[in-house]
Amino acid sequence: MRYMDKTIEELHELLVKGEVTSDELVKESLEKSYEVQEKCNAFVTILDDAKGGEVTDNLLSGIPYGVKDNYSTKGILSTGSSNTLKDYVPFFNATAIEKLNKAGAIKVNKTALDEFGMGGTGTTGHTGVQKNPWDTTRICAGSSSGSAAAVASGVYPYALGSDTGDSIRKPAAYCGIVGYKPTYGMISRYGLFPFASSLDHCGVLTRNVRDAAIVVDNMKGIDPNDMTSWDSSNINLLKSCTGEVNGKKLFYVKELCNIENYPNADQNLKVHLENFHKTIEICKSLGMEVEEVSVDRNLLNAVYSVYRVIHSAEASSNMSNLTGIIFGPRGEGSNYIEMIKDHRTKGFSPLIKRRFVIGSYVLQKENQERYFKNAQRARRLIVDKWKELYKTYDAEISPVGLGPAPKFSDLNKKYDINTTALDEHLQVGNFGGFPSITISNGFVDNLPVGICITGNCYMDENVLNIAYALENAMEYKGQIAKEVK
Amino acid sequence: MTKYKALIGLEMHCEVSETKTKVFSAAENSYKETPNCNVSPVDMAFPGTLPVVNKEAVRMALMASMILKCSQPEYFYFERKNYYYPDLPKGFQTTQETKPIPSGIYGEVEYELDGEIKKVRVNNLHLEEDAASLDHYSRTSNIDYNRAGVPLLELVTEPDLHSADEAVAFLEHMRSIYQYAGISEADSKKGQIRCDVNISLMDASKDEKDSSNWGTRTEIKNVNSFGGVRDAINYEIERQTEILENGGVVEQETRRWDEESGTTIYMRSKVDAIDYKYFVEPNIPKFKISQEWLDEIRASIPELAMDRKKKYIEEYGLSDYDAKIIVKDKKISDYYEEAIVAGGNPKGAANWLTSIILGHLNKTEIEITDLYLTPTMLVELMKMVEDGKISSKQSKDVFYKVCEEKKEPKAVVKALGITKISDENILRPMVIEVLEAHLDLIEEHRKGRNVFDFFVGQIMKQTRGQADPTLTAKLLNEEISKR
Repeated sequence: MRYMDKTIEELHELLVKGEVTSDELVKESLEKSYEVQEKCNAFVTILDDAKGGEVTDNLLSGIPYGVKDNYSTKGILSTGSSNTLKDYVPFFNATAIEKLNKAGAIKVNKTALDEFGMGGTGTTGHTGVQKNPWDTTRICAGSSSGSAAAVASGVYPYALGSDTGDSIRKPAAYCGIVGYKPTYGMISRYGLFPFASSLDHCGVLTRNVRDAAIVVDNMKGIDPNDMTSWDSSNINLLKSCTGEVNGKKLFYVKELCNIENYPNADQNLKVHLENFHKTIEICKSLGMEVEEVSVDRNLLNAVYSVYRVIHSAEASSNMSNLTGIIFGPRGEGSNYIEMIKDHRTKGFSPLIKRRFVIGSYVLQKENQERYFKNAQRARRLIVDKWKELYKTYDAEISPVGLGPAPKFSDLNKKYDINTTALDEHLQVGNFGGFPSITISNGFVDNLPVGICITGNCYMDENVLNIAYALENAMEYKGQIAKEVK
Repeated sequence: MTKYKALIGLEMHCEVSETKTKVFSAAENSYKETPNCNVSPVDMAFPGTLPVVNKEAVRMALMASMILKCSQPEYFYFERKNYYYPDLPKGFQTTQETKPIPSGIYGEVEYELDGEIKKVRVNNLHLEEDAASLDHYSRTSNIDYNRAGVPLLELVTEPDLHSADEAVAFLEHMRSIYQYAGISEADSKKGQIRCDVNISLMDASKDEKDSSNWGTRTEIKNVNSFGGVRDAINYEIERQTEILENGGVVEQETRRWDEESGTTIYMRSKVDAIDYKYFVEPNIPKFKISQEWLDEIRASIPELAMDRKKKYIEEYGLSDYDAKIIVKDKKISDYYEEAIVAGGNPKGAANWLTSIILGHLNKTEIEITDLYLTPTMLVELMKMVEDGKISSKQSKDVFYKVCEEKKEPKAVVKALGITKISDENILRPMVIEVLEAHLDLIEEHRKGRNVFDFFVGQIMKQTRGQADPTLTAKLLNEEISKR
């Protein structure tokens, strides 16, 4: 009997009825971890000594889950998938982990990521690339690549992720599952290895919307250790999943979602956008209004540059603590400068180093006004535009990416510049700190694709409920990856 | 030096020692000799840690800003100052730049030098975190993170000071403000005060207000004592004078004060200036400073040295000199205030402090807070003299015994067996006895020779100094006139 492809609520019921024990679940999850490690290279650490736990009223109690390796886990190797922390064992838990411990949830592995969450391909971590369980010649996307591969493969019902640009939502779409990042600050970031602090969000990858609601209900809450966290005790995400969406108003951006914008579109993009419009029809059939809105192309095109400038700047500063002096492998050299250089030269992947160079450049006195400050201004203009739209609409619906997951071999292929705004669009959700969730909406070329629902800050209940209603109207909920090629 | 005028600006860093915890972490804020015992994961920048602003430190920064007559910001921000150094765990210092507005801008301080009131304009005051401290040995360097994250107030003045004396008087005044406001012990022995000094020389005949007349300035880093500030300024004035006298040009550069050689040493020139790539700390949301809070802080500013000095002179009738001595150290002044609250006579207590206690502290090298004689005990001692229980001379002996043996004044008095003999029934027979034994001297006395003191001396000898001198004199006069 297999259990790990079930929902959290199903597992809880089985546990409470005594039809399965927590130990049995953990054992199955560990076995499955090794299988998925072999196939997808999804994990940095598999916790062989994980044991089942007590089953309580909490829906998460006794159920295994995975943790992205950029969460600080006490006594457990936490690398951020970086050589700079390859042996780092923290002595404190991230607040989110602490909360899940209290809920009785059982960690079974630490999932691989793009180094420190920087990257969207799952190819830059220090333990190698993560392969898509639907087709191992393809990427999962990143940076929550290991978590996406593991949840999609049925290792457990959920794994934690983090999202700075689209690091939860894109891999979720490419692996045919659900990825949810709540409003900025709803989950404390204390103990999450920082990438770009003003954009970083904790979140979760699951196989259905209710599971996402359950997990975040347990992770959220104001934290005295994170000044950007806020009190969400009046929000109950699971209860908000009623499926009642009649009269809700959605919008999509014409300049992104219509095929006429892409004269050089390939077949995948065409089918992906056709499929997106079919999903819109489903929304309408559920009683929601969906309108097409037009947004200044300059704003849409600015998103990616703004994202790149801000995250590179913040990352270059956030990762200045990685010197090998206090933790991480001590570099060699006759003075501290040489030691730090040696540590950082050996420790970081080329991608990260490139971004540090960009980050330093845009923060330099003579460049800061032109790049960093302008990026912040543009960020505000973009956020203001979306906040204005949210006065009229409950949420935005958008396609995720340009179709299914790309092949590893296509990563260096020259891409169509016209499609950048669509490919990078989910970053708007990070600019504004908006609640945003990806669900699967079908297949293109036999591979899963997704759509994303994004709402205004603090409107998580609304966003989840819309996703929940839509998920129920389609047939991709709870799917487990089947190798298709 | 009449040909040139020195323009001196100071950057005074003062650790805020009076908060319970550090400025961005929950670690204890206290000076400890044992390294690395006041440390939280935040102070060592372990991955995933985040800063949490200490509201009390912000309150103190705003209070200092008010005392310095600065404008306070509407919103409070912090910024990152990015650079690599082993004493800086995060790779950046969380601080406040002048934009957006820090804890205070554009204020003014009045201080006194040789009885003259002088003014210094304050450019800005900001709240930041201290770095760890490094101990260098021949082959290794040790890092102590106790200091990492201790709140630090940096005060930046305009170049309104003109001499080492002015600079030191200003610094002493600032130290007193920090102490009196309950912000910091401001103890340079604990490394709580550190200064950077900017100096330029200009033609003394030209107008100082026109900045185009100013010379090129050098910045001297790491001056960690007031004596150092004095020496560094004097050295640098001399160095720059010599360059100018020889027709040379002063280069804009950063120099380091070397205490051992008593010289300033070249560190880097203007072109090597570090770009700190400042940007607003995203983990600390900007927060609004409400008018109510500002009003509350303003109302809670304690009495400062200047206020107390005024009170001592005008209300207590102390001399300017005594008042100045007492307020110079807040702990002394606090002791004095307590003595008065305990019922001590203001002038008497001041005399005790200036003539005996301070000397004793100097000699024994202890702080007044370590003195066994509490203000209440002092008042008790003063009362015994007033009530004629012991003589004023005896009270001094009692004082030293109290401090030495750590006993209550009453117990000391009892143990010494001293109580003033002011009982006529005891003294009169003694007086008669002394006079009887020296009848010849009474004759001398009548002839005008001063032997009165001899008689007093005899009585004192017999009573081991415990006879009440006034009563003794009175009885002597009575008995002599009888004969």
